[in-house]
Amino acid sequence: MKLDELAGKCGEWLKGTGPEADIVISSRIRLARNLSEFPFVRRCTEGDKRSILRAARQAVEAIDEWKDVEFVDVEPLSDLDRQFLVERQLISRELSEAEGPRGVAVDGTERFSVMVNEEDHLRIQVIRSGLDLKSAWQDAAEIDDRLERRLTFAYLEKLGYLTACPTNVGTGLRVSVMLHLPALVITRQIEKVFRSLQKMNVAVRGLFGEGSQFTGDFYQVSNQITLGRSEEALLQQVEYVVPQLIEYERKARNFLMTNSEHDLHDDVSRAYGILQTAKKISSDETMLYLSKVRMGVNLGLIRELEIPVVNKLLIHTQPAHLQKLRGKILNTTDRNIERAGYLQKHLAKRN
Amino acid sequence: MKCQHCEKPATFHITELTGPGGPHVLHVCEDHARQYLSPDSTQPGTSALAGVLSSQQKVEQSAEQIASTDQKACPVCGITFAEFRNIGRLGCPYDYVHFQTDLEPLLINIHGSREHHGKKPSKLLGSPDRQHRLLQLRREMKEAVEKELYERATEIRDEIRRLEQNEAGE
Repeated sequence: MKLDELAGKCGEWLKGTGPEADIVISSRIRLARNLSEFPFVRRCTEGDKRSILRAARQAVEAIDEWKDVEFVDVEPLSDLDRQFLVERQLISRELSEAEGPRGVAVDGTERFSVMVNEEDHLRIQVIRSGLDLKSAWQDAAEIDDRLERRLTFAYLEKLGYLTACPTNVGTGLRVSVMLHLPALVITRQIEKVFRSLQKMNVAVRGLFGEGSQFTGDFYQVSNQITLGRSEEALLQQVEYVVPQLIEYERKARNFLMTNSEHDLHDDVSRAYGILQTAKKISSDETMLYLSKVRMGVNLGLIRELEIPVVNKLLIHTQPAHLQKLRGKILNTTDRNIERAGYLQKHLAKRN
Repeated sequence: MKCQHCEKPATFHITELTGPGGPHVLHVCEDHARQYLSPDSTQPGTSALAGVLSSQQKVEQSAEQIASTDQKACPVCGITFAEFRNIGRLGCPYDYVHFQTDLEPLLINIHGSREHHGKKPSKLLGSPDRQHRLLQLRREMKEAVEKELYERATEIRDEIRRLEQNEAGE
């Protein structure tokens, strides 16, 4: 099954290339669309959902340029496979846990995915490494155009694209950027920074999207409104805020390097040491230490490691990935042992 | 209980204390209550009461209005505004037409705007009225097919085709 092939690979956006990649992990564009002849998902019958899934699949498979795009039926997948897709950010937790016919079209290099029957009939998602919103938006618009040739989207001239929740109506666009801000956390400025963001029509969330805890100092910044402004204007709102955040984080990192380099170096080295030698380790601990190590690599304190490796470890040490790579289901204790083994193996040759 | 002056239900029960013939109770409908209490009335001593009651009537009217908004269901998917308010999700695309006036303040609240300024689909569907109609017709056609009313479905499909073929310049 193609999902197993994905497990060993590293998605395009994780490669750690792209502008400002030391602080900006990824840029993401999401577009919500609905077919005009069905109710919104929540009010659909099972038959409706099946029809929508069929129409989406046919539309995707009819696009000649998409030979490398696979359409995955999510309903029959095992819990493990669904969790795997969530960890890889190809589907949301909501799609994974929803009921009834639903699916996702996934690009071979994981640059985009199109979810079917999540909160809206279609959710197009494009991810890029680093800060690269404009090109991500261009790709998303193209995907939208291609699908729209074969489907009829619910749209009104006055209100734009119609969505299940009025918070998404109009452009249906969610622009988000994921940032790594460990220095702002260490210097205790993160709260202040968030408060100032709230005044700018921008929302902040933890690593895996809505409702998750802030783990590993990874934060996602996105627009709050979708109606009344063009897509380019909404992009600009987020683009305006991100360089300021990057600047704050860089200043905080410089401050730490100037004033407490030894403490920082020690902190980072200890984190690295634990990852290299622990015999069992939870994913929370792993996230915590990998975050420190990532900062250490960016600041030149850990020279034998590269960012793409750290990014890969962030994903591969997640619960479903570990089990897929190992080829079997593992309980929590065994996973923690497996995780430690995996880290040891991939960090050992550095010495 | 019926109004003393007509067939409508008596929703106001007014105890008149100062009228000729001593204290008595009137059972009247809203319209007749308003008539009885209006400042034009020649009955003495009713103007203060009228003021109080008319403002109460205003409150009652908006409560009634709210109640009626909450009840009017979308003809395409059947959702009521009350249901939408409970779950925070709309039922179908046509809701944006059916509940247009009720949704407007909400959209302004959320987005600070109620008008789309952005990307449009390449196959535009003409005037807003035509767009509304097309949304409704598409759903009706689907339902006709589901109910195996194939003749009706064909009729609707023909109407959709006709609407789609008419260009926007109408």
